[in-house]
Amino acid sequence: MIDIKYFLKGFKSIRGVGSPAIALGASFVAIGALLKNLGFTIQESIFSTFLTYALPGSLVMAESMLIGASLINIFIAVWLVNARLYPMTVALMPLLMHKNQPRWKYYLSCHFIAVSSWLIMKDNYENIKKEDRIDFWIGIGTATWSVAIFATIIGFVASDFLNKDMLIGLAIVNPIYFICMMIGAMKTIQISISVILGTILGPAFYFVSPEWCILFGGFIAGTIAYLVGEKNGN
Amino acid sequence: MATNIIIVIIVTSFATYLSRFLGVVSAEKIKETSKMFRWFNCLAYSTLAALIARIVIFPSGSLSEVDYSIRFIVVILSVAIFYLTKKNLVYPTLFSAIILSLFSSYL
Repeated sequence: MIDIKYFLKGFKSIRGVGSPAIALGASFVAIGALLKNLGFTIQESIFSTFLTYALPGSLVMAESMLIGASLINIFIAVWLVNARLYPMTVALMPLLMHKNQPRWKYYLSCHFIAVSSWLIMKDNYENIKKEDRIDFWIGIGTATWSVAIFATIIGFVASDFLNKDMLIGLAIVNPIYFICMMIGAMKTIQISISVILGTILGPAFYFVSPEWCILFGGFIAGTIAYLVGEKNGN
Repeated sequence: MATNIIIVIIVTSFATYLSRFLGVVSAEKIKETSKMFRWFNCLAYSTLAALIARIVIFPSGSLSEVDYSIRFIVVILSVAIFYLTKKNLVYPTLFSAIILSLFSSYL
């Protein structure tokens, strides 16, 4: 069903110098602590990371609950901040699809799409035969997802020991990890322009609309990068 | 409240899975060699970059308690360490957490 050799190969991606474990761990420790302070039980906190596994979405959920937002508002806010998962999925799955593999693997394993697992897969897929990529991906996803769930538990349990300064330290780790990964990924004209323009336009559109700035900024930056890249041989 | 939390979690996860699910549905029709795929690849990287830049420049939560110039300095130093350590990701991430905690305690 799942080729264990490639599954383990993907699973092992959380070790070594490129490891996302520290960044993922740090941010989900912070989430665990945050959810505890919001009044979640440990089961609810685990359930949340287990089912959502997308950091900005969990943060928006927590903020919305704090201000007592309605369910429909929470849905819209989370959907907006996590809508980036749509282009990420479209930009990943065609690389993994193979006629010999069952469809359920794709619909189930898309749950593992989050920034860190996505960036690792994008960095490594060329080394894996196309038919085996989905099993490799499920390995990466299971590993990063497990780290997130485990870290949520640690954060929940340790929340009384985490002071404000430590939480601030934890909060910067994930953005730093992503920035470094993105810089590492800037190997073509299209990706380089996408990253640079996205970095500028995302915050720039914040002045127009804080809710829509990521999607607006990202859409315009990505489209310009695509057009420029197509004219100059990617 | 307890049932409310469960419902909120389910609503949140559904809102999140929706984009992933629709992504797979669309991906079934897109070849990795197509122009469409390259466009979405650009969109994925640019929205990610926009998200990360927003988190650093207009943070919500605990990061917003640190002055933006300090956040900026920590980012620059961490990227420098990333290059100095031949693209090791462990050192810059550890460094950023420790240095920002210290800045935030003593400044």
